[in-house]
Amino acid sequence: MSESTILNNENMVTSKTSVSVLFAGDSGDGMQLTGTQFANTVAVYGSDLNTFPNFPSEIRAPAGTIAGVSGFQLQFGSKAVYTPGAKFDVMVAMNAAALKANLNNLHHGGIILANTDGFDEKNLKLAGYGEDNNPLEDGTVKDYTVFEIPVVSLTRKALADTGLSTKNIDRCKNMFVLGTLYWLYSLPIETTIETLRTKFKKKADVAEANIMAVKAGYNFGDETEMFSQHGRYEVDPATQKPGHYRRVTGNEASALALGAAAKKAGIQLFLGSYPITPASEILQELSKMKKWGVKTFQAEDEIAGVLTSIGASYGGALAATNTAGPGLALKSEALGLAVILEVPLVVVNVQRGGPSTGLPTKPEQSDLFISMFGRHGDAPLPVIAATSPVDCFYATYEAAKIAVEYMTPVICLTDGYLGLSSEPMLIPAPKDLADITPKYVKERKPEDPPYLPYKRDEKGVREWAIPGTKGLEHRIGGLEKSHETGTVSHVPENHELMTKLRAEKIERVIDLVPDQTIDNGNEEGDLLVLGWGSTYGAIKIAVEQAIEGGCNVSHAHVRYLNPLPENLGDILGKFKKVLMPENNNGQLIHIIRDKYQIEPIGFSKVQGLPFNEMEIEAKITDILKEL
Amino acid sequence: MTDTKKQLTAQDFTSSQEVKWCPGCGDHAVLQQLKNAMADLELKTEEVVFVSGIGCSSRLPYYVATYGVHGIHGRAMAIGSGLKAARPDLSVWIATGDGDALSIGGNHYIHTIRRNLDMNVILFNNEIYGLTKGQYSPTSKVGLKTVTSPNGVVDYPMNTLALTLGSGGTFVARVLDRDGKFMREIFKRAAKHSGTSVVEIYQNCPIYNDGAFGVFTDRDRKADTTVYLEQGKPLVFGKENNKGIKLDGFTPVVVDLNDSSVSKDDLWIHDEKDKLKANILADFFDDPDTKEDYLPRPIGIFYVEDRFTYEEALDAQIAQAQAGGEGSLEELLAGPSTWTIK
Repeated sequence: MSESTILNNENMVTSKTSVSVLFAGDSGDGMQLTGTQFANTVAVYGSDLNTFPNFPSEIRAPAGTIAGVSGFQLQFGSKAVYTPGAKFDVMVAMNAAALKANLNNLHHGGIILANTDGFDEKNLKLAGYGEDNNPLEDGTVKDYTVFEIPVVSLTRKALADTGLSTKNIDRCKNMFVLGTLYWLYSLPIETTIETLRTKFKKKADVAEANIMAVKAGYNFGDETEMFSQHGRYEVDPATQKPGHYRRVTGNEASALALGAAAKKAGIQLFLGSYPITPASEILQELSKMKKWGVKTFQAEDEIAGVLTSIGASYGGALAATNTAGPGLALKSEALGLAVILEVPLVVVNVQRGGPSTGLPTKPEQSDLFISMFGRHGDAPLPVIAATSPVDCFYATYEAAKIAVEYMTPVICLTDGYLGLSSEPMLIPAPKDLADITPKYVKERKPEDPPYLPYKRDEKGVREWAIPGTKGLEHRIGGLEKSHETGTVSHVPENHELMTKLRAEKIERVIDLVPDQTIDNGNEEGDLLVLGWGSTYGAIKIAVEQAIEGGCNVSHAHVRYLNPLPENLGDILGKFKKVLMPENNNGQLIHIIRDKYQIEPIGFSKVQGLPFNEMEIEAKITDILKEL
Repeated sequence: MTDTKKQLTAQDFTSSQEVKWCPGCGDHAVLQQLKNAMADLELKTEEVVFVSGIGCSSRLPYYVATYGVHGIHGRAMAIGSGLKAARPDLSVWIATGDGDALSIGGNHYIHTIRRNLDMNVILFNNEIYGLTKGQYSPTSKVGLKTVTSPNGVVDYPMNTLALTLGSGGTFVARVLDRDGKFMREIFKRAAKHSGTSVVEIYQNCPIYNDGAFGVFTDRDRKADTTVYLEQGKPLVFGKENNKGIKLDGFTPVVVDLNDSSVSKDDLWIHDEKDKLKANILADFFDDPDTKEDYLPRPIGIFYVEDRFTYEEALDAQIAQAQAGGEGSLEELLAGPSTWTIK
């Protein structure tokens, strides 16, 4: 290759439709910030994207060790992106441990940007490599394209004249790598520069040092001969619906939806909550929404979290609580109370690996059974499951609408994968959000007929009488109550009637449940892949690829788990086989089998890891081979 | 002129539900005095909410013609806290018992008290589980024989008011179910207090723990076994008001006022603003039946503190955040950082 070609990088640009990148380093290396910056840049550039952070559960794991590795993965592309990528194309390894922890998830032939300063004797030892086994030298990485960059040394050199201490200069090393990556993917550095100026508004010297590091990293790409054989890449902007966008994680989206639902309904939002991984961000986000009148209450425990909300709901607020598996178990009794009181309540349950403490930081879909059946007595309630980070917004919003308009607790299931992943969200206009209409009762005069707390409308829904309203004084509780009057009743026939009326009301939520659609593929055929929740992205890609490969396969994804869409049975009947991938030991499959008397093929993954598209595609191919 | 101007009577606070407590139960008196107090306070039925948990006393909301929630066991404090935080305009009253508040609901009890929401906690302490038919409670005396302690209770009993003070209580009082008028006045003081008020009632269960408080309520013993707290007055008790309490350092000592070497000026003067003294008073927890040199059981208001309430502080934060106007839905949806695709 001639010199001139090297200098003229424009001739060396390879176009890609999508790229998955992992930023991995020690938890003190600022990888989350670096990844977030990269995500913001590609978002503004116009790519579609999906991000997922992967950090250690220990808050301060020993530096340099495998346990201390923090990662931020993202995929961006010129076509729709549904997952952060099953494997990554590029890995930034800030130290030896980061390389060791993640190498098995790098595509064969993938790119490694290795900070050689993080591969010294000490780091090699901490990572568990032998003293003479530097993976960069001993053949470990021979199947990959490795760029060895002494990031710390180069950053120090670039920032030598800033007057900052070495310690502070070293903190900018992540920005150097970011700059190099921007160069490699032909991306602009301006978004990051602007962000740094805002972020360090009060520390101009720190802002400038970080900006210098980004520029130095970028210029390094231009100047070094390291990339000469390889050249640069570019990923075209995606064709996206025009409009204003923001980037949201699933948990941010759930919080936003609760705030938006309350505003749309014109009532106050109250969130009673207790911190729990991976759901705490919802409480954190809502505690920042005081400007919108949101009240958050960090309770003493999970039980008080839900019961303060039930109290607020009785008082007329849109009340919600957020939790994860163990917390949902603790809330079971209170959810039964909300069912029998018939008050609105939204429960956002961000599922994690269980049972018990299980895998607190890892996603799983194993709370479907407890959501459907985890209360004593006959206590049905609506369950809805989000399919993507952005869908966490819509699913939570719909849960709030159902809760208010049907006077019932509703569980919205997301999980740790959706909760912490992010993607661009087209910001909806307020008018595009569905109306939410509380069924308030008006003040009554003594001559009016008495207020009957459990009198129902044609949908089987009672009215909402708010304390403070004259003439509606009423007492309700966990004891069974008489039909319509709501007074305590132990009459056998009445209990049966009330049990059935409560169940029928939940069945009538079907009026708000859209018909099930086929997401991809034909309306009938050999195989339907039926998923729910966060498996959406992996199934979507797997089915897309299988169809491209000539398979007769379709994909349907259920969002409403209770009640199930009215036409779901018809759809299932049009396929010879139904495959049900679930991130649990098989839960929805029981419900489908029970309701539709069919025998789907279960496909479980219970590793605290989401499915990847290859696993599902391989399963599809296997099944179709046997048909 | 109109109904709104008419002052309500206790009868107006009476619901149509038949009261189902046992004849002779102390709860009847408490219910009556609560209704009297609410009428005295000129409360309106629509602005009052009674919240309860589970137990005999937790049936109380059904018997008052206000709003009410009969919750689940131990959780009245949590339900009430959420209601009050969301609706500071309401007058929230909690009816709870020793099992409900101190055993299954103990966690909610201590945290509610430290948060100091403006609610009135009426704690019916009968030292027994009544509704489940006679098992011992966390306040039962050691040795009490019940269906679950046939050989006598070995659990050491909880000192309710010491716990309440330790949890940061800002209004701490004790009354006897037989002191109707006194109770009514204490309820009124409790309701006027800004913050969580706790009124512990020694309430007799005639079925499962009859006479548990007889030592404090029986006419012939009461004067010698109890001391009534009055603001600014010395601690004097006894049939002939012949006994007083003075502090020897931090140690309370009973003195004989007939003894010429004792001066009335040396007696402990009750100061409901003094937390140290309130703590010592809460420790007057002797059983006169088993201890010879017992200290009398204090009745009345132990402690009152003027402290910010949770809902005031929360509302102030919201008001501050909204100083430049309440946020719009557009602004909420847009968030802090957006970009545009054309």
